[in-house]
Amino acid sequence: MKPLWHKLTEMIGRTQKVWYVALLILVLVFPGMTTSYWTDVAFFFGLYILLGLSLNIIVGYAGLFNLGHAAFYAVGAYTTAILNTVLGIPVLYLLPISALAAAFFAYLITKPILHLRGDYLAIVTIGFAEIVRISLINNIGGLTGGPNGLLGISRPELFGMRLYTPTHFYYLVWFLVIMVILAMVRLEDSRLGRAWNYVREDELAAEAMGIDATRTKMLAFVVGSALAGVAGNIYAAKMTMIAPESFGFWESVVIFSIVILGGMGSIPGVVVGAFGMVVWPEIFRGFAEARMLIFGAAMVLMMLFRPQGLWPSPRARRAMESQKKSRPSAKAGTA
Amino acid sequence: MEMFFGQIINGITIGSIYALVALGYTMVYGVLRMINFAHGELFTLGAYMAFTMIVSMNLAAYIPNAVVALIVMAVMVAGLVAIVGVLLERIAYKPLRQSGRLAPVISALGASIFLQNAIMLIWGANYKVFPEGVVPSITWEIGGVSITLMRVLILSTSLTLMIALYVLIQRTQVGTAIRACALDHDTARLMGIDVDKIIRLVFIIGPALGGIAGMMVGLYYRQIGFTMGWHYGIKAFTAAILGGIGNIPGAMVGGLILGVAESLGAGYISNAWKDAIAFLILILILILRPTGLLGERVAEKV
Repeated sequence: MKPLWHKLTEMIGRTQKVWYVALLILVLVFPGMTTSYWTDVAFFFGLYILLGLSLNIIVGYAGLFNLGHAAFYAVGAYTTAILNTVLGIPVLYLLPISALAAAFFAYLITKPILHLRGDYLAIVTIGFAEIVRISLINNIGGLTGGPNGLLGISRPELFGMRLYTPTHFYYLVWFLVIMVILAMVRLEDSRLGRAWNYVREDELAAEAMGIDATRTKMLAFVVGSALAGVAGNIYAAKMTMIAPESFGFWESVVIFSIVILGGMGSIPGVVVGAFGMVVWPEIFRGFAEARMLIFGAAMVLMMLFRPQGLWPSPRARRAMESQKKSRPSAKAGTA
Repeated sequence: MEMFFGQIINGITIGSIYALVALGYTMVYGVLRMINFAHGELFTLGAYMAFTMIVSMNLAAYIPNAVVALIVMAVMVAGLVAIVGVLLERIAYKPLRQSGRLAPVISALGASIFLQNAIMLIWGANYKVFPEGVVPSITWEIGGVSITLMRVLILSTSLTLMIALYVLIQRTQVGTAIRACALDHDTARLMGIDVDKIIRLVFIIGPALGGIAGMMVGLYYRQIGFTMGWHYGIKAFTAAILGGIGNIPGAMVGGLILGVAESLGAGYISNAWKDAIAFLILILILILRPTGLLGERVAEKV
């Protein structure tokens, strides 16, 4: 029996590799195949994958409901914009600095709120994000430019080449997407990644095993926000102007929905979710006005019929199955 | 001093509207332990339905007395919004009652997006403006502070509704059943209470109050937009948290405190930071006193 089993897994492994290579080639040649409009759409697809992956650390891995993720994104974008326009530091040098700024901001604000229960954490993060947005509108410290935002962010330069076409930014963002996905795959199985899983499933048991739950949750916010800061930097570089309205509540909802629709804690899920949230509406531009209506209905239907997400992580799938087995009559009992 | 009293009255007026909306959040939270994110949209719906009745259908023309006309319309708005509330519960929340904390939250967000866009598609994306004089512009001067009929109507309506609700919850059999469901569904069921029916009732009362609040905001500020529900929703939710979520008198007290704090802040600190005050209160209360002023504990140890 064993050789056959071996062969099968090998075959599956090989087809998977073929798929990965095919996808990679598609990513590489895509801008050559289409118009600059669709290259731009693909850029935003990549950007939202980054944002989705960053929130996936907080919501998916650590199970912390963060409905104010746009705030960390905003901190990254504004750090880039302010340091670039005031001090003239090149945009790409600011990429790690934006990440650090967003991470530090996350460290400061999440410290007192980590003990809050699921939906309350969501509400507090909404509150923080709104305060950030209002502060940006009110031109805090005279630095954020008020409701009109900041403009004149310079173009990034890479090895002496100025990046300005949609194709340039497309490659920049997709390079980051691939790097981050590879990092995430490693992170999932790392000590920290497993600690996140444990804390999400059972905080008390995790504490008993010697995991510092508060520190672990805090790290989820810090790492996730750093990545959102990176996305903010890229966004500022691409747009060359940013305004507070790009970082409102609905932006947070979009990022949150990417994680949920795809399946919490699932990397391919984030890609599918970002496709659903960013590319799908572009394809259906014809429906223009009704598309958000359809989207809202889809969110409800999704929870009714496929709550685990479109592409759930393997462990979420296992958890679902074992739940079904152990509770044949799910009808009885209310929480 | 006149400005101070002016701001206080302002604050109480808007605060009583927050309180009415907050009751919807707090009652749903009380029986279902979920945050009904779509509640703000039901509030907006109330404002738009009132707009249709007053402007498009001109219902006031059929009833000679302006105040009676307003009461009739308020009842109709309440009824229609309650129907939407019951449908919302039936379609988006009821099937998810067994499925953890996350699914209902997402479903509620989805329902909120759906309703907001449905309102936009039905009534258009532009602001709607109520005509002047729907509420006769009568003003009284008391000690240098002017009080309009509109404010008197808002205050008396809110107060009446809140007292009626309080009596319903505390003194009647139905109210006892609602309180029982808030404590424990299974035990309530064992006592012969139809829990589904009680939840439906909560989704009648909450949206009805929210719809009336929406109508009052429309008449008071005379301008409504399809996104206003989020704004009022989050503030009302803050009021509910402030008073202690799940606690009905708490929502009323929280609404009034929030309204007054906000209008004093707008008057004495800065109008631009007015909205930040509500969020600051929200965060501080959740960090420092998560039980709210009068409520149950919400921060979980494990």
